[in-house]
Amino acid sequence: MYLRDLISLTSSSFLTYRMRSFLTGLGIAIGIAAVILLTSIGEGLHQFVIKEFSQFGTNIIAIQPGKAQVQGSSVGIFGSVRALTLEDADALRKLPYVEYVIPGMMGNAEVRFEGRTRRTMVLGEGRDFDKAFTMKVQSGAFWTDADDDQARPQVVIGAKIQQELFLDQNPLGQYLRIGGQRFRVVGVMESKGQILGMDMDDSVFIPAARAMELLNRPSLIEIDVSYRADVDAETVIRLIKNRLIEVHGREDFTIISQEQALEVLSSVLEILTFAVGALGAISLLVGAVGILTIMTMAVAERTAEIGLLRALGAREQQVLALFLGEAMMLSALGGGLGLLMGIGIAQGLHMLVPALPVHTPWMFAVLAELTAVSIGLAAGVIPAMRAAKLDPVEALHAE
Amino acid sequence: MIALQNVCRTFTVGDQEVAALRDINLSFGAGEYISIMGPSGSGKSTMLNMLGLLDRPSSGTYLLDGGDVTDLNDEQLARVRREKIGFVFQSFHLVPRLTAAQNVELPMILAGIPVEERKARVQVLMQNYGLAERADHRPDQLSGGQRQRVAIARATVMNPSVLLADEPTGNLDQATGWEVLKLLEGLLEQGITLVLVTHDAEIGARAHRQIHMLDGRILSDEQQAK
Repeated sequence: MYLRDLISLTSSSFLTYRMRSFLTGLGIAIGIAAVILLTSIGEGLHQFVIKEFSQFGTNIIAIQPGKAQVQGSSVGIFGSVRALTLEDADALRKLPYVEYVIPGMMGNAEVRFEGRTRRTMVLGEGRDFDKAFTMKVQSGAFWTDADDDQARPQVVIGAKIQQELFLDQNPLGQYLRIGGQRFRVVGVMESKGQILGMDMDDSVFIPAARAMELLNRPSLIEIDVSYRADVDAETVIRLIKNRLIEVHGREDFTIISQEQALEVLSSVLEILTFAVGALGAISLLVGAVGILTIMTMAVAERTAEIGLLRALGAREQQVLALFLGEAMMLSALGGGLGLLMGIGIAQGLHMLVPALPVHTPWMFAVLAELTAVSIGLAAGVIPAMRAAKLDPVEALHAE
Repeated sequence: MIALQNVCRTFTVGDQEVAALRDINLSFGAGEYISIMGPSGSGKSTMLNMLGLLDRPSSGTYLLDGGDVTDLNDEQLARVRREKIGFVFQSFHLVPRLTAAQNVELPMILAGIPVEERKARVQVLMQNYGLAERADHRPDQLSGGQRQRVAIARATVMNPSVLLADEPTGNLDQATGWEVLKLLEGLLEQGITLVLVTHDAEIGARAHRQIHMLDGRILSDEQQAK
């Protein structure tokens, strides 16, 4: 028997019981649609979060004061935690593999230019801030003062600050008052939008030493180290840890690497995607039971026909192939419908709610369709075997 | 060309052994016209199933075209049925989903004959049996006589050496029945062996050789002068 004939014979029964076949296929379709939809959203979310996290570059290690004894606490458990200082940052700068070291400070202050004021985020940073975090300066440049401690009062402003305070004027070379002190504007950042809830455009960047003075804080809140991309994060972490213990006398700081954070995040999202897939698998199982039921019925209804086929010279294997083929066709079409439904709903959701990222990996779609076909195969085996093993004489006389 | 030697067939019903065929010895030559008659339960249906290789003897030997077909496996049996035996049933046994032409094509599909040859053979047969205009109709759109003609076309499309007909006129009115019978008898000219199972004495009497059965035994086996 040719494959083409097998297909046309199986589809003839499929087409005769249109409604019944459609409903049975729908069981598989809903399962596949659920799996595809949920994993599309899961995968979209995954990619979204990773992109959000890695837009600063992935080869960055953050050092925060205080040793995290238990999760959730980065503030010193003992009162005598030695804070991070600009000297620590200088010490790290001499380590191998390290490219840029950015001392970090953060606070709020009022900024003013020609009578217009705005309360905004003040970020104290180092001179290589833009290079370390892969952020672009639209005009001007970051200050170049070699000594963090002695950096002059200069400021790089966010795109929104330029719009709101300077209007149409060129801000470069102008003096901006931040918390009552005068800072010369040396650069304007390219617009970057919100990053994990922080509006980078509504910020001003000043040298860390100036920020400490302005905000009246004795120490840094963070030191960020960017290292060469060809070096393992573990190596750099070990070097930093050893150097800081040397300076501080003990480990009173916490090192967080972007790479590790991303790994943890990825694995959490993977578990989520997997759980969602498992949920879909349950509905696929229900679909499989539907196919088993309908095929069992089909064999019972067509017993006389099976007897006839045997009398006409069909082998047991051919009868088996006909019924297996029918089960697989049901599930394959159901699976295809499910793919369309799942992808359609996912894309529809994305159009309705553009903030919701969706992404359907094509490998996953192929895998889902293969799963559907295998389900049909598995569910069809028992009824098809029964059909093949029917006694031709008894089958012929069944009504 | 067909020979049954000491063939017995017993069924187990509950804990009782029931003999449907008892020690049957019979042989047919090519082109013979045989009717098998007898009341229900006489074993004539079992005999037909046996001849058609749908059933196996409990003991004894079945020779077909000189070869022993008693102990063939499923695949070999299917092949012999496909190539040497045609069936015509009382209830037609057409596949309701397929058109008349597709029903006739079915044995050739199972045999794996290429599509061009199939179409050609179907067309010739449909023409010969006056079914050309009904080729694309489904069985439920055909009259009883037309259905049985489709079934006969299907039974002969593989050019079998034996045609087994089980009450072929049982579901037809008399006039249509005679037409179908004449069609079947016409096949004798092509050298086919026609075995007709019936309980209608009038129909049975048309055969050249009449076999009467009772309780699984052959009661009489009469050759008629043509």
